[in-house]
Amino acid sequence: MTHRDRIAEPWGTRTPYGPGEPWPVRVDTYLAPGITAGQVDRWVPTASILHSNGDAMEIAVKDGRMAGVRGLARDRVNRGRLGPKDLFGWQANASPDRLTRPLVREGGRLVECDWDTAMDRVVARTRELLQTQGPSAIGFYTTGQLFAEEYYTLGVIAHGGIGTNHVDGNTRLCTATAAAALKESFACDGQPGSYADIDHAEVIALFGHNMAETQSVLWMRVLDRLAGPRPPTVICVDPRMTPVARAAAVHLAPRPGTNVALMNGLLHEVIGNGWIDREYIDRHVVGFEELSERVKEYPPERAEEICDVPAERIREAARLLGGARRLFSTVLQGFYQSHQATAAAVQVNNLHLVRGMLGRPGCGVLQMNGQPTAQNTRECGADGDLPGFRNWSNDEHVKDLARVWNLDPVRIPHYSPPTHAMQMIRYVEEGSIRLLWISGTNPAVSLPELRRIRSVLSQERLLLVVQDLFLTETAQLADVVLPAATWGEKTGTFTNADRTVHLSEKAVEPPGEARPDLDIFLDYARRLGLADMDGQPLVKWHDAESAFEAWKECSRGRPCDYTGITYDKLRERGGIQWPCNEEHPDGTERLYADGGFWSDPGYCESYGRDLVTGAPLEPAEYKAMNPSGKAVVKAAGYLPPHEQPSGDFPYVLTTGRTLFHFHTRAKTARAPQLQAAAPEVWVECSARDAAAGGLGEGDLVEVRTARGSVRARLRISGIRDGVLFLPFHYGYWDTGAGHEPDGAGRAANELTLTDWDPPSKQPLFKTAAAALRLVEAAGGPSPAPTGTASAPVTDGVPPTTGGPDARAEEALVPSPDETFSPAADKTPGPAPEETFSPSSSGGVR
Amino acid sequence: MKIGLLLHELHRDENDLAHELLRVSERHQADHEVHYVARDLARWSQQHVRDLSAAGERFGARLDPEPVDELKTAERLRDKAGELVGRRSHAALLLLRDLREVYIKASGVSVDWEMLGQAAQGLKDTELLETVQRCHPDSLRQIRWANGKLKESSTQILVS
Repeated sequence: MTHRDRIAEPWGTRTPYGPGEPWPVRVDTYLAPGITAGQVDRWVPTASILHSNGDAMEIAVKDGRMAGVRGLARDRVNRGRLGPKDLFGWQANASPDRLTRPLVREGGRLVECDWDTAMDRVVARTRELLQTQGPSAIGFYTTGQLFAEEYYTLGVIAHGGIGTNHVDGNTRLCTATAAAALKESFACDGQPGSYADIDHAEVIALFGHNMAETQSVLWMRVLDRLAGPRPPTVICVDPRMTPVARAAAVHLAPRPGTNVALMNGLLHEVIGNGWIDREYIDRHVVGFEELSERVKEYPPERAEEICDVPAERIREAARLLGGARRLFSTVLQGFYQSHQATAAAVQVNNLHLVRGMLGRPGCGVLQMNGQPTAQNTRECGADGDLPGFRNWSNDEHVKDLARVWNLDPVRIPHYSPPTHAMQMIRYVEEGSIRLLWISGTNPAVSLPELRRIRSVLSQERLLLVVQDLFLTETAQLADVVLPAATWGEKTGTFTNADRTVHLSEKAVEPPGEARPDLDIFLDYARRLGLADMDGQPLVKWHDAESAFEAWKECSRGRPCDYTGITYDKLRERGGIQWPCNEEHPDGTERLYADGGFWSDPGYCESYGRDLVTGAPLEPAEYKAMNPSGKAVVKAAGYLPPHEQPSGDFPYVLTTGRTLFHFHTRAKTARAPQLQAAAPEVWVECSARDAAAGGLGEGDLVEVRTARGSVRARLRISGIRDGVLFLPFHYGYWDTGAGHEPDGAGRAANELTLTDWDPPSKQPLFKTAAAALRLVEAAGGPSPAPTGTASAPVTDGVPPTTGGPDARAEEALVPSPDETFSPAADKTPGPAPEETFSPSSSGGVR
Repeated sequence: MKIGLLLHELHRDENDLAHELLRVSERHQADHEVHYVARDLARWSQQHVRDLSAAGERFGARLDPEPVDELKTAERLRDKAGELVGRRSHAALLLLRDLREVYIKASGVSVDWEMLGQAAQGLKDTELLETVQRCHPDSLRQIRWANGKLKESSTQILVS
């Protein structure tokens, strides 16, 4: 047993292992000062809610309060490990500034009231709007941090009860492209691969995915492989010198906004050299000819011209991708939040399809999620999809959903794709949405072009309802504020990026009158009197477990089939991957084994969209293109980004996150170790750009775009020339101004432009044209962390450490096989009996 | 041979469509997807104008290879109004009208390409046929975009 400063050493001790071996166990624990494991009253199982990895853990309860956390050794996701956010983030629950009573706006000020007053105000306005304008006046914007039970209930209320098409989650900002790319290629959402593919992979390619910071425990798994015998080769695509780039054999750092050209260059080499699985393509794929024609236009020299990446480096990467016998790829925000997001992410799927690298150990692609419960918003119908991956343009699917809900199908809006978040903001702006209910998210910091967002949300004609833990920037603009219970204070399930479902149980009581989000939604449905076709209550459940049972029924026979999962089974076994049903009682590790896809026209979730225009394909078009349910390879040409650097704004600004914070810091800023590790906003530029501008480490600089400006201290980092970086976590709630800048801006989204990827509707946060100028020479180094992508390239910057308060325990377990034996992960080689084939499940047709 | 006439007409209509898309883009700056995508789609029509000019030479049709570009200042000023009224609900009705116009113009262009394709096959002119096969799908995508946006926006605009 050792103790380590997990701010200074975020990934902890290495436990090396070789290909096909099980990942060794290492149990990480952090308890409040003065508490020992022996003093803990109860350990309550849950999983992480501060990133998408889904690390399984237990909350230590002492005298009715949270006193720490430890990783769950037996869980398939993390084998006991925890990341810095997991170890320290729980402390935010007990912050003294939690919301404990509802608030309503009276005479321009928010004043405390009781639940009846707050809910009656929301319900009365809902009724009034339904009578005068109808459901189109009401919108719901939720998060990626609630539980499946809550999303499902919200989806039923919004789609089935109120009948509005305006429902989305903030997963739109981080994961909409993951879903869109999967729907384009496989006609269905849901990750094909498994985290355990890291144990088997020969080449691991990370496309715009700074895994070391976004999913630190998964990165520990890669580091452990790299430290073991016969390590994999890592390929990194990222304009910054991230920890991933430092570990990579090949680092491609393209100009922001040129991912499609780079991917086409790589595919040009892979296809041109015949590094493809012709038999797989012939049997399981449509669209290959078009792709191979299209990528002929992108020899590495042309890609070099567009991306500013040496052609030889592209060839080298392509050789590795084309030669790998077990290729594992992941994709995240570097692609999703950039120009031509879906088109670029789809090319990664294409790479795996032309190489036949799917459905076997080590051969997987994960279109990653950014938020912990992003997958659930998508499954349960709270982010602009219908629940159970039903297809809004397939009348039979809508009819089936109406059967589950006991409604007339006409009550479920499906005349067009559900409204995405950015369009909802537009409808609020032009006045047709008059009630917007925001739960668990903070658009006044997280959406692009904040001046516009603040002005839209503070309109008089809008009733803004905000349900959250703290008085966020958004809550300060609200007319009704509902205090919510959070992780550890309520029960529910959530699903990570590799389809692993965890149960998170209530450990402590919420503060004051704060209530679980599920209870708030149930209360709303009851007060509105929402009824089904027989006049019975539409929402027939009353707590988390009964909501889960209802959701299971809704998922029956669909790809995300939960019918084989119960709360008891999750308690007993830990994480289980869907689909889990009678045929697959232990869950399903990898999808699409042997080319069995869920893309049959009658079964599939989506017919896809045009990669440039975003126009949905009509059912007949899809049937003509893919009559027999194969995977779809879609080609895409490169288009220049909509905002390009110019004389006044010579840089490209990208934004992103740091290892130590999550979302808009609502929780992480209230965890002392995390806040101290990254206390202030900073801006990064390259050494050459700094020298050209006469700037030094720590100088106070101003970054400006056509939309606003931000002041921050400069970190000279390994970012590519011509590119600036700002972390997006920092807002105003902990400044004097409260919800908006008081003088110089601090939030990165003051600067970003309102533009989104047409197929996925995901906003672009990585391609604004910006200027940089000196405000004041340094008084010391920038506050940016030193062990992450913002590592300094100049001398004299003291390393980021956490000191004694950040020391967590690590217990290495020498013989992992005695500790756990999850059925899904133990086999090193291909194991057909454990893989999933939809044709044998009765799932298709 | 009347192909030259058809090329003339198609050249004019593609220019007209590109211009329309640029105008729609300017008028709907507050509808960001329309604003940006319309500009991307105008680019396709501009490329078609160049392709048609190259094809025209072989059929004795002298067609300007330079497509219409950005709007002139006067037009910009007039369309600036689109941005200013972006928060008023009647701007939404204007959006439906403009999308309908794009739909109709792109449909006309598509029919012209269809005819040109038939002619190219009759002449066994593979070069011309290749041009048609390259350009015509773009027109179809322009139509589908306008149609998709109309479908998506009509309900909200017309019932609220």
